[in-house]
Amino acid sequence: METRIIDRKLDVLRDKLLLLGGTTEKAVYLAMRSLVERDSDLARKVIEDDKIINAMELEIDQMSVEILALQQPAAHDLRFVISVAKITPILERIADHAANIAEASLIINNEPEVMPNVELPRMAEIAGEMLQRALDAFTSEDAKVSKEVIKRDKAIDKAYNKVFDKLTKLMIDNPSVTNGAAHLLFVAKHLERIGDYVKDICEMNVYLIEAAFIKHKSKV
Amino acid sequence: MGDKISIKNLNFYYGKNQALYDISMKIPEREVMAFVGPSGCGKSTFLRVFNRMNDTIPYARVEGEVKIDGKNIYKTKTDVVALRRKVGMVFQKSNPFPKSIFENVAYGIRINKMHSGKKDLADRVEKALRDAALWDEVSDRLNTSAFGLSGGQQQRLCIARALAVQPEVILMDEPASALDPIATQKIEELVVELKKKYTIVIVTHNMQQAARISDKTAFFMLGKLIEVNPTEKMFTNPDDELTEDYITGRFG
Repeated sequence: METRIIDRKLDVLRDKLLLLGGTTEKAVYLAMRSLVERDSDLARKVIEDDKIINAMELEIDQMSVEILALQQPAAHDLRFVISVAKITPILERIADHAANIAEASLIINNEPEVMPNVELPRMAEIAGEMLQRALDAFTSEDAKVSKEVIKRDKAIDKAYNKVFDKLTKLMIDNPSVTNGAAHLLFVAKHLERIGDYVKDICEMNVYLIEAAFIKHKSKV
Repeated sequence: MGDKISIKNLNFYYGKNQALYDISMKIPEREVMAFVGPSGCGKSTFLRVFNRMNDTIPYARVEGEVKIDGKNIYKTKTDVVALRRKVGMVFQKSNPFPKSIFENVAYGIRINKMHSGKKDLADRVEKALRDAALWDEVSDRLNTSAFGLSGGQQQRLCIARALAVQPEVILMDEPASALDPIATQKIEELVVELKKKYTIVIVTHNMQQAARISDKTAFFMLGKLIEVNPTEKMFTNPDDELTEDYITGRFG
């Protein structure tokens, strides 16, 4: 089968999305490392690099619109462009959460250490793994994996509730750590939101593959 | 809405060559049905089955059943002239008569003796021209030659001519393929407007046009009906891989 003009454009679009995905993944990872290792320089770098991610988002937006206008894709091609256009801002928002975690890290790093008491790194690990699998499932167009990842979000929610209980208890027991603990609570919330966003990505994967909108449906 | 046309196990031959293979489908009343497919796939042949235009082709032969309003139009007793009045047709190339604008539209009314007098004739012509969204552009020059109109206007005149004899079904074979985007848009808007009163079947090579104006789309290949589905389904998630390949330009 000969290559269509649109095939080349779609390939570039896919590459750009995966690059954005990889960069976002790294941002979440580094933001958490800046927190765990109390590395404020690293936190500042994550915040600074968020600009690159914003620029990537704009570039993909522009290319998606251009393909829609000039190539007038249909069927799978159309679903592909729509999925990319909808996944892109989700990734950008995940990166925003990474930057927010880095900002929290800058504050927390100046406070007495509270971190070892809570399972935040475990939450971050689950979130990172979910994001990675979601992007892989997008590339390989695997609806089954996408649906598994959606279910995995429950683990993050559960971890969040646990972290929440621990941190509030910590604040009551030891008011001197309140500031640090409160910011850790924000971090936990950011991670929990990231899990939700990864879920959204997986829902778009399912749309791409099965042309079905599973958003806002309780069963997948 | 009920089905206006119902086709069962239709086979069509040009002499020894089979052009359509065992086609069964239903065309709902007051909807736009688009036929798409590569050149030579039989879509125009199929369209011409509905008003027996193929009868004029020597050695053409039809097998199977085509019912309009429940009546098989290929029964020997069928009044073909009445059928063609009921099932009007608009072609790719506009083909006005070498007459005035008025006479072009009046022609069918006159030969079918549908009018009760001069005033009634004028009223019917005006109504047809209005329905074809042409009246405002030609009302002050009804007695000038139809050839003085632009391509898009000529095509709408042909639509008015078809509407004048009060058809129920309108067949359109690439009605906008020779028109510029503005004239095309007018025809498309007209089609969407006309479906309130008429059942419309349109053959088009323009995929986006089919997507814009039709309720259902049927895809044909090598004389076979591959898929018929609601248009939004066809263009976002077709059932058949051949359809997907065709509408995304992988072949054709």
